Amino acid sequence: MAETTIELSRLEETEKEPTVLSLVLRKMWHLRLGVVGGLVILLLLVTAVFTPLLAPHDPYAQNIMKRLLPPAWMEGGERVHLLGTDHLGRDLLTRIMYGTRVSLLVGLSAVVLQVVIGVGLGLLAGFHGGRIDSVISFLVNVMMGFPFILLAMSLVAVLGPSLQNIIIALGVTGWPVFTRVARIETMKLREQEFVLAATSLAFTTGRILVKHILPNLLPSILVLATVEVARAIIRESLLSFLGLGIQPPTPSWGIMLAEGRDYMLLQWWLAAFPGLAIFLAALGINLLGDALRDLIDPHLRKS
Amino acid sequence: MRTGERQQSPRPAAPPGIAPRAAHLLRVEGLKKHFPIRKGLLGKTVGHVFAVDGVSFAIRKGETLGLVGESGCGKSTVGRCLLRLYDPTAGRIIYDGQDIAALSPRDLTRFRTKIQMIFQDPYSSLNPRLRVKEIVGEALRVHNLAGGRSWLERVAEMMAEVGLQADHLARYPHEFSGGQRQRIGIARALAMSPELIVADEPVSALDVSIQAQVINLLDSLKEKHRLSYLIIAHDLAVVEHISDRIAVMYLGKLAELASDREIYLNPRHPYTTALLSAVPKAEAGARERRRQRQLLTGDVPSPINPPSGCRFHTRCPEVKELCARTEPPMIQVEPDHWVSCHLFS
Repeated sequence: MAETTIELSRLEETEKEPTVLSLVLRKMWHLRLGVVGGLVILLLLVTAVFTPLLAPHDPYAQNIMKRLLPPAWMEGGERVHLLGTDHLGRDLLTRIMYGTRVSLLVGLSAVVLQVVIGVGLGLLAGFHGGRIDSVISFLVNVMMGFPFILLAMSLVAVLGPSLQNIIIALGVTGWPVFTRVARIETMKLREQEFVLAATSLAFTTGRILVKHILPNLLPSILVLATVEVARAIIRESLLSFLGLGIQPPTPSWGIMLAEGRDYMLLQWWLAAFPGLAIFLAALGINLLGDALRDLIDPHLRKS
Repeated sequence: MRTGERQQSPRPAAPPGIAPRAAHLLRVEGLKKHFPIRKGLLGKTVGHVFAVDGVSFAIRKGETLGLVGESGCGKSTVGRCLLRLYDPTAGRIIYDGQDIAALSPRDLTRFRTKIQMIFQDPYSSLNPRLRVKEIVGEALRVHNLAGGRSWLERVAEMMAEVGLQADHLARYPHEFSGGQRQRIGIARALAMSPELIVADEPVSALDVSIQAQVINLLDSLKEKHRLSYLIIAHDLAVVEHISDRIAVMYLGKLAELASDREIYLNPRHPYTTALLSAVPKAEAGARERRRQRQLLTGDVPSPINPPSGCRFHTRCPEVKELCARTEPPMIQVEPDHWVSCHLFS
């Protein structure tokens, strides 16, 4: 009996009109990992935008006398070079901060390009089926069978290494995953009765695709896109590492990783900190993507 | 039509069961829909599913026609052909004197708004990402039937019409129960001011207690909006209540077509008899009935390779030697009562 009363009073408590603040806080708690991801991304974005103001040094200033300094907290480290210096005596922290710009720009733009190409083709293939589907699926298989690195390398080699061309190379090589997901999801949705209903309401194919099918694809596309942003950042690093991406001395996480490789055994921080930056960016984007997916799902959204 | 009574193979141009009168809203003549089965890399056609294989009937203005049959007999395919969601393999569908296969794209748009469909599964028939007002009202806006303030009024009116409240308008489909969802589907169809509604198993996904409500709703809307219905069901009990006439379908063909009363009181085709005795009855003499109950054994044969002659001969309790060889024609046994069975030829 006593227990029931407690239960009831507890119920009443939760029934109380919640304030806006408490609602927001509750939501944030529910999506706490996403909030962490969002904060990481926010940090990266702020860094990317305000680097010239925030960075402690000039990213190109060399100082041979102070080359290969360890991080400040290690023996021999200097407080002005918080994360140490590279083989030319440039400040590592400064260069990582400048590298944020390149990485985020390449990652996001390349994925936007991938989504536009990939989802567009996937919708067409999945909805129309038949010959259109055969052609597009064949293309996807060819693209997937082709080694990415070879294709991207040839593209950059032909177009010339520049930021814009790297984005194009990554976008043009990375779309097939989106086509695969969009195609199969569209095929499933096409059989749903609400799509038949849309047809019987005499909506145009374009309207059905954009208004009725595309929104239902968004959760899977969004999740895939976050993975792909992370992957594009890593691939940019890879291209830069191979000397086909951003050209030195422009700081990019990939180049720094490549440069650090030669010193990895003794001066591990040269490779470790750019690597950590890549890892953090990828993790943050993935966490944020998961939370976004939950947010746009009407089942979890309170009306 | 009477002269065609004993005719062995009625021409598809003169569909049985109906005379070509102007009162017909819709006429279906020798409708066939075969789905090719493709195999291999090049998509070679290795066979066909004979989903609908020569079906003729008509729907009069203001009439409710029930179309019943076991699952897989092609009844949904018939419904979808009527809306031109599928293009028929053969046969004609004449709506208001016009062959719908020959419609220009613009006419097709206008035609589609006149026939609307209510779907079987209320969970897949509503787009989960649209609010209810969008689901019900999108077509009104797209086809410029209503805009601005009058749009919302019209949508709210449709909601009231199906027994839902206007404050449900901003919600998403997942916040509703199955019965409510089905009502939303009905409101969506109704918003287009259709003349004919094809209801494909409108209640089979619902709880029994809700089924009657939805059927009654359909019935009451009929008068008010001057609708005609084609109601597709696998359960005779569902269509019994509201149909004027009933067509019984078996494996892509019509077995029997008669008025509601005739079908129940005086079924002729052995398949109809079997279907009827499968309907449980709670009334005096039920035990008596059960004794003569005729239950079918076995499954419906595959529509990929349908039986020769009469489609039903593999399961028919009164099968004759003739049945496996020749296909029975549609025969008029009473005024407005047609049967496709050798017992009556």
